[in-house]
Amino acid sequence: MKKLLINGELINTERLIIEQKDILIDGGYIKGVLDRGALPYKQEDIQCIDISGRFIAPGLIDMHVHLREPGAEYKETIESGCLAAAAGGFTGIACMPNTEPANDNSTVTEFILSQAKKRGIVRVYPVASITVGRNGLNLTEFGELKRAGAVGLSDDGSPVKNSEIMRRALEYAWYHKLTVISHCEDTDLSNGGHMHEGSISARIGIKGIPSISEEIMIKRDISLAEFTGCPVHIAHVSTEGSVHAIRLAKEKGIPVTAETAPHYFTLDHSAVQGYNTNAKINPPLRTPADVQAIKKGLKDGVIDVIATDHAPHHMLAKEVEFDQAAFGIIGLETALPLCLNLVREGVLSLPQMIKKISLQPAIILGIQGGIIKEGEKADLAIFDMDEEYILRKDDILSKSRNTPFIGATLKGRNIFTMIEGKIVWSRDSKYPCC
Amino acid sequence: MNVFNHKNLLDMGQLSVSDINLILQTAESFKEISSRDIKKVPTLRGKTVVLFFHEPSTRTKTSFEIAAKRLSADTFSLSSSGSSMVKGETLIDTAKNLQAMNPDIIVLRHSSSGAPHLLADKISASIINAGDGSHEHPSQALLDLYTIKEKKGRIDGLKVAIIGDISHSRVARSNIIGLQKMGAEVTISGPPTMIPHDISELGVAIVNNPSEAVLNKDVIMTLRVQLERQSKTLFPSIKEYSNYFGINEKTLSRAKEGAIIMHPGPVNWGVELSSQVGDSPCSVILDQVSNGVAIRMALLYLLLGGVRSEETAN
Repeated sequence: MKKLLINGELINTERLIIEQKDILIDGGYIKGVLDRGALPYKQEDIQCIDISGRFIAPGLIDMHVHLREPGAEYKETIESGCLAAAAGGFTGIACMPNTEPANDNSTVTEFILSQAKKRGIVRVYPVASITVGRNGLNLTEFGELKRAGAVGLSDDGSPVKNSEIMRRALEYAWYHKLTVISHCEDTDLSNGGHMHEGSISARIGIKGIPSISEEIMIKRDISLAEFTGCPVHIAHVSTEGSVHAIRLAKEKGIPVTAETAPHYFTLDHSAVQGYNTNAKINPPLRTPADVQAIKKGLKDGVIDVIATDHAPHHMLAKEVEFDQAAFGIIGLETALPLCLNLVREGVLSLPQMIKKISLQPAIILGIQGGIIKEGEKADLAIFDMDEEYILRKDDILSKSRNTPFIGATLKGRNIFTMIEGKIVWSRDSKYPCC
Repeated sequence: MNVFNHKNLLDMGQLSVSDINLILQTAESFKEISSRDIKKVPTLRGKTVVLFFHEPSTRTKTSFEIAAKRLSADTFSLSSSGSSMVKGETLIDTAKNLQAMNPDIIVLRHSSSGAPHLLADKISASIINAGDGSHEHPSQALLDLYTIKEKKGRIDGLKVAIIGDISHSRVARSNIIGLQKMGAEVTISGPPTMIPHDISELGVAIVNNPSEAVLNKDVIMTLRVQLERQSKTLFPSIKEYSNYFGINEKTLSRAKEGAIIMHPGPVNWGVELSSQVGDSPCSVILDQVSNGVAIRMALLYLLLGGVRSEETAN
């Protein structure tokens, strides 16, 4: 049966405007983006779904997620990660290769895709590792990985330390049209550090991770991209200096793109005070000046993408001494309200913000989605801009609950998520799942 | 009102000026006990103090143990090598098991900054931080404040130089906070590799060269070069450290007349401090040790003394 989404506010990520349009869906595809009421609402062969007061975004796409399967299913599975994603409004997630074993060969890539097909309710895009075992030494089989379904390459969690290997990776990935996502960190500078090196680390006696450990590697990767002409995507940008370096590179026309995560424009290093291990992340939460620079980078288009770096950890890895705790927080279920804060603060317009978390990552990864128009698959997120709620531990659908936002009041909430016209997840019984 | 409203002593940041004054006064009244022929009072009879030392310590542990015993508390020692932590038990687990045996106070020394804070949230016994990683060592700062007051008659308005590895020193951190609260002016000194980034935001002056840092100072506090801890990048050799950053009689002659020299111990003689300085009348290093017992008696007493209101007890 055809479906007609009526009375919603449609977010156009191409023209960057909000339109009062109805959407006709048939066979999983968008058949028409119609003027309000252009098609009569009462027809026998059309199911009308009234979403007045809500916004319709293209299904959100998170290009930086850790799903933990295979290997650490006690933290997250492909199934639970997909559920958390759908609840957050995501219809596509790219999963990082730091699993056990690492996604460094086509068998693992195929396993992830087959699990996703069997158990996942959103689209899963595997990112394979750049080097075998993520050891920074030997390139993986990019061609074979691409054939198996990988959309990008990254040794995320560890940088490729050797500049010659990174150079060859960029060149060879370009040939196979695979996006290289670089985790930028000079580990000689950062090793042994557990939070941002600054006034708070000095006060509470935790070894710091200096901003320059990120910035030096970003500058190296920019040089490699400039020299080779091959694109590089910088993961989880957290510092003012990084934004500045990327800004200069873009002005010179160097093929570099970049992402940041919601926590880097929401929290600063003071969140760590009291040794809060749920604020322990790599790269670490930085200073208020860095937070401002990240926002400016988003506003000016220096930072193309918002991605969550969703990193589930068991509570046993967090309820320990701060310097023993694992790095990382979950983000799929809190991304939308935190990103909507950018809109409320006037940093980005709503369409600009949605574009950075849908169309833009789709373009960078070379995948479908991120746009609502005739002929596209009907992957959609319908959300409420103003609903306020307190995030409670028990409401989290991810297997892990490691987030500094538990107990925080969040504003804006995904109501239901559609994939190919089917409601795959809904928090409102008015819009039941298929 | 002399009320000590704290369940735990985790760091100097939690103490108000009147809290600190109360601790110093209480220590004063306890100090005499240690010079008696029979060095024991029944004040804490029936109380249990666990000394949970997760890192090697002689001085602090002994000091707490003597303090507890002079107040008639029962003490029980636990080190990480003798505990189940070597079998992989987590800190929280070990502490919860300890809690199940109902001690009144756990004195914790741990290599991780924030470890006592982690436990304070989870268990009902009082926690005394006896040194956590590079964070704080509040009982050391309190005994230092006591010693300074004893020797100089006041703390307010004094100029203090703290010299050495500030980055890794919990003694330095606690003293910076404590001295500033009590109105002293703090200068830190040492090679740039040992001065934390952005430490000036704590309101301290930074003068790298010790010869300049000691100028006009009332108190010179030197820190132990932690040979066992420091990575190779902080200074090239002991000899070079001693030549450029060690304190000798010549350096000391530039301080204010009557300046005292302190050290939390154990001293690497000939490295951060020349033995001549240690033997000179301006050294108060052994007074610090004696005063440590009085301060720790005061802390145990105040935390167990029942003068804290029920509200903060929860």
